[in-house]
Amino acid sequence: MADININTVNKYFGDVHVIKDVSLDIKSQSFTVLVGPSGCGKSTMLRMIAGLEDINSGTISIDGQVVNDLPPKQRNIAMVFQSYALYPHMTVFDNMAFGLKLEKRSKDEINERVNEAARILQIEDYLQRKPKQLSGGQRQRVAIGRAITRKPKVFLFDEPLSNLDAALRVQMRVELAKLHNELEATMIYVTHDQTEAMTLADDIVVLDTGIVSQKGSPLELYDRPNNMFVGGFIGSPKMNFISSKILSKSSDATEVDIMGMSKISVSKMSASSSEGDSVTLGIRPEHLVVNGDSDGSWESKVFVVEKLGDVTYLYLEKDGEPLVAETEGHSEIKVGDTVKVGFPAGRCQLFDSSGQAFK
Amino acid sequence: MNKLYDKIFKYGLQIIVIIFCVFPFYYAVMTSLEGSAAVFVPNFFPTEINPKNYIYLLFEHNFPNTILNSLFVATVTVSISITISYFAAWSLSRVNFQGRSMFLFVILAISMFPQIAVLTGMYQLFLNFKEFYFNIFDLRVKGITSLLWLCFTYTMFNIPFTVWVLTTFMKGVPKEIEEAAIVDGASSFLILRKIFLPIMTPAIFTTAIMAMIAVWNEFLFALTFTATNSDRTITVGIALINGTVEYEVPWGSIMAASVIVTVPLVIITLLLQGRIMSGLTAGSIKG
Repeated sequence: MADININTVNKYFGDVHVIKDVSLDIKSQSFTVLVGPSGCGKSTMLRMIAGLEDINSGTISIDGQVVNDLPPKQRNIAMVFQSYALYPHMTVFDNMAFGLKLEKRSKDEINERVNEAARILQIEDYLQRKPKQLSGGQRQRVAIGRAITRKPKVFLFDEPLSNLDAALRVQMRVELAKLHNELEATMIYVTHDQTEAMTLADDIVVLDTGIVSQKGSPLELYDRPNNMFVGGFIGSPKMNFISSKILSKSSDATEVDIMGMSKISVSKMSASSSEGDSVTLGIRPEHLVVNGDSDGSWESKVFVVEKLGDVTYLYLEKDGEPLVAETEGHSEIKVGDTVKVGFPAGRCQLFDSSGQAFK
Repeated sequence: MNKLYDKIFKYGLQIIVIIFCVFPFYYAVMTSLEGSAAVFVPNFFPTEINPKNYIYLLFEHNFPNTILNSLFVATVTVSISITISYFAAWSLSRVNFQGRSMFLFVILAISMFPQIAVLTGMYQLFLNFKEFYFNIFDLRVKGITSLLWLCFTYTMFNIPFTVWVLTTFMKGVPKEIEEAAIVDGASSFLILRKIFLPIMTPAIFTTAIMAMIAVWNEFLFALTFTATNSDRTITVGIALINGTVEYEVPWGSIMAASVIVTVPLVIITLLLQGRIMSGLTAGSIKG
């Protein structure tokens, strides 16, 4: 219905090159999340798709039609802003009807569409109120409602939940997922919150300083990050990175050392690596085995214990190498204890000195 | 003990400031209500209440005419300068063009320009304008020449100020509101009319009142460019009120005139002060 093709797009702000040769294909009716740290260009990408920013080179097409020179209203898109951007002097109804009135729809159709959107978003009771009489969550619903009424082919969300408190954010996240199923529209969603990305996305696009670091399904990115940046960005707490050395290479595995304490053979390869090279071993806190049997091991004192109820995080450090390990919620481990941490080989990632992952 | 000192200090200062600001006005009101002899007796409370100064000004003097002149000049000036600066403010705050900050800086510099520096040149222009005007229009309406010229010069001196103030206000309106309207399909003109205008109404009121006060109180140009009693504005009108004999300064009438022209401004400001500045974009964005 509405595929979006982005082809070698570049964007400069003055001398600053913010988007560098980005190419992306976004499937119709998919939920794609653009994620990355501040300043990575994700909002700029979204605004370029919306038509609020010009493109310096490359093409963006929606539904097969190149939209580079089309104004936003001809692109069949709707956008939800981080700050809601409601029209403060209009009632909720008028806010949602504004776009339809500009399209010169009939009164009946406007009524019908606004009421339909209000029903979906459960804001029917507030239609005659002004935005300032609404809470943050209600305002965000109105902003989404404004997008829904126009029935666009593409929804663009620019960090829509970041102004809400944590509980409301979780609730709205679920509602957005429901909405996506209900509307069957293409949705592009920008966030810096990797939890939102993981939970909402069909596809995640990780952006790093203006380039696409990796695109894939949430679990693909979680299990097989292309590089250290993606490995570190996806997952919370962050993936642990430990500096290491290649001890030996075989045809299907690379053997590395762990702090000189033990060896581990990871079944991942990189053609360009050779024995003695420095590599970085990445492993997620939840995959480390605390005080149990595993492939390789590491011993350290516990510096900080964070008890979250369902899990406990142990902050360890040895020779300047920090490590976070997850263990069960009712752990007996205290600060100052020495623990043995095991590294299951199947869960380990290896990254070369330029940060690229071994396959 | 400390608290008591704090209170005395706080309220004491407030009282001093209030007396400092309000006393001259109070004294003017009192003087305006006194007869010609009582005016020269220093006192804090009126010894008599006598409306004769007001009756004289409003019914036996051409003072009402000067009020109408001032109202005309103020209305024309304020509406033209607000309209122009509303659009100018939009381009200066929202449209990216080369030399925008330079432009704003020049506007600020111009608004600091002293009136007196251009007075002679302005007078020469005024004479040319008058000639040009007389050649085109019937002599019967020539009385309005000075007022039109005043409107022109006031607008000229007001626009830098109103542009500057409105630009600052418009910069405060979140960009996302405009972008949301663009995505909704609104043209720039429609955004200016349906989105910015209602949001900016309090700011426009504020600016208009300030511009109005400036025009209302202007003296130098008004004195220079008006020649006959029929086209005086209030400030000149007040200055030219004379007494019954040559050496008498008719303080009572002058004070009554001051009160008549000040009270409307005070009332307007009080009525609108709730709307001024408050809730420019309440509810639109986060918070």
